[in-house]
Amino acid sequence: MSSADRLPRLLALVPYLMSHQGAEVGEVAKLFGVTEKQLIDDLQLVWMCGLPGHTPGDLIDVSWDGGEILIDNADTIARPLRLAVDEASALIVALRMLADLPGFDNRDALARVIAKLEQAAAEGAGAVSNQVAVEVDAVPDALATVQDALRRGRRLSLRYYVPGRDEITPREVDPIRVVMADGRAYLEGWCYRAEGMRLFRLDRILGVEVLEVPANPPEEAEPMDLAEGVFRPSPTDELVELEVTAAGRWVAEYYPCEQVTELGEGRLRVALRARDQDWVVRLALRLGDTGKVVAPAALARRVAEEARAALALYSDGS
Amino acid sequence: MSRRKTERLLNLVICLLATRRPLTAEQIRQAVPGYDRDSDEAFQRMFERDKNELRELGIPIRVERDWEGELGYRIERQAYELPEIKLEPDEAAVLGLAAQVWQRAALAGAASGALLKLRAAGVETDEASARPFELRVDTPDPAFPALWEAVRDRRVVRFDYRAAGRGEVLTRTVEPWGVVSRRGRWYLVGHDRDRGAPRVFRLSRIAGEVRPVGRPGQVTVPEDVDIRAMVDYQDKRLATPRTATVRVRQGTCQGLRHRATATRPGADGWDELEVTFHDPDRLGAWIASLGADVRVLDPPDLRDAVIRRLKGALA
Repeated sequence: MSSADRLPRLLALVPYLMSHQGAEVGEVAKLFGVTEKQLIDDLQLVWMCGLPGHTPGDLIDVSWDGGEILIDNADTIARPLRLAVDEASALIVALRMLADLPGFDNRDALARVIAKLEQAAAEGAGAVSNQVAVEVDAVPDALATVQDALRRGRRLSLRYYVPGRDEITPREVDPIRVVMADGRAYLEGWCYRAEGMRLFRLDRILGVEVLEVPANPPEEAEPMDLAEGVFRPSPTDELVELEVTAAGRWVAEYYPCEQVTELGEGRLRVALRARDQDWVVRLALRLGDTGKVVAPAALARRVAEEARAALALYSDGS
Repeated sequence: MSRRKTERLLNLVICLLATRRPLTAEQIRQAVPGYDRDSDEAFQRMFERDKNELRELGIPIRVERDWEGELGYRIERQAYELPEIKLEPDEAAVLGLAAQVWQRAALAGAASGALLKLRAAGVETDEASARPFELRVDTPDPAFPALWEAVRDRRVVRFDYRAAGRGEVLTRTVEPWGVVSRRGRWYLVGHDRDRGAPRVFRLSRIAGEVRPVGRPGQVTVPEDVDIRAMVDYQDKRLATPRTATVRVRQGTCQGLRHRATATRPGADGWDELEVTFHDPDRLGAWIASLGADVRVLDPPDLRDAVIRRLKGALA
């Protein structure tokens, strides 16, 4: 945390301590995202401040004997600052997004919270949050069944489509949670076929059924850390290099790339990890003249062979 | 910010909140420790900077003239303080859910700052409870923070933009009306000054920095504008559905088979499908990706689209 954030932190810290007398140093440090040492330094700073005059009776009185923080004589800044436009808008945009979620049944509470936040914010937050929208895709039928299984703790049987391999595979999955990322819904669960945690895009679940078997995922079935996004290629996957034209730049937006180099005129060279070669061949065929595989060379040859074989289907004049 | 400066600013906030009548700069200089007592000029400069920094944090400093006509400063408590706020348990639960949406995205700091203030005011938000539902939005485009600020401040922006499918980069000047996330992509909606018309821009095609132009407050968002519908229009221009007839090798093309509205099994190892589509280029790209397992019979423009892709991949 940079030191420029310190004053806003202090202006929130003092009211927090006023409304939570006896709070513990460790707990407060964690809440405010600072080390205990930093928090003590904050308290020492606060203790030097107070009303004009700065006689002992004017100064804020704060003690942390035995790790419990007590504060007094800080009535002037006992209330936190109003929410800034950014702060209130960030929450309101997210709340409006919840309202669009299918199966979200507490719209009434949403409206009440939004009204309260608008009141607690500096002027203009309501207007700004109207100008930022996060859409939620129309939700696939699978959601209701998935949620039912989650509620009742049951295993699911899926028919799942994997476009990269153009396969529909049956899977048994112990559901852990539903994840909405960037407007798309995913089921996260323990997949018995893959013997691992997997994310399933709900719109690619072609059939779903709740099994009358209790979900019983193994102990290592922990929710995944999605901070880096929902696609996570493995570092052991093969590194493939492609060159794309301006019309093929979507590749760099759509897939996580290890390296992206501008080649001028909108062209790019991208390096990405491919789970299997078939997927790369399909991608290259799809790209047509807007992109090509440059490495490995054997893979580039496979693309050409496949293209030739496909074109042969049209060569009989029909 | 040095420790001494933080201390001075905190004392200044307390001083301006505590006073009922506006204080002159000189009175403030005497009351708040840390201001230069010797040089008037040094004090003036420091005081100006301090006021600006507090205002940037959203602290409302009022300037008023006292009865002698002298300029005075104070912070009006009502404009400064978070009003009393109380959340019902169901309200706290939805707020907890909303607070996690941005996580490590561009607005994460703003969202957590808001929560901290609410907690400081004694509002309990329900964040810890494990929920079988996780929501997140990412803002991977470097242009996002600058555009958010421009929308917030109603400020015109200028940026270099790469046109769809072409290599050329043109500078665009836009009055921002809003930003929309759809299927993981962010769009800017606004009035394009160069075209003299409303336009939608994809953030990922913005090259380099977004520069603010002119002063804040100069953009007026038309009242009847629906920013989501504007992005929609981009999506759905090709509206009339058509039907394609394709032959697919048995045991392959699972995705296409699932999409088919009719399937006629053949005796020669191939089945015939009917597939509804809007855009021959999009369906053509998908079919090309399936290689030698599929052949388009009809319509000709779809067939040509597939052949074009395949030839391109061969070149």
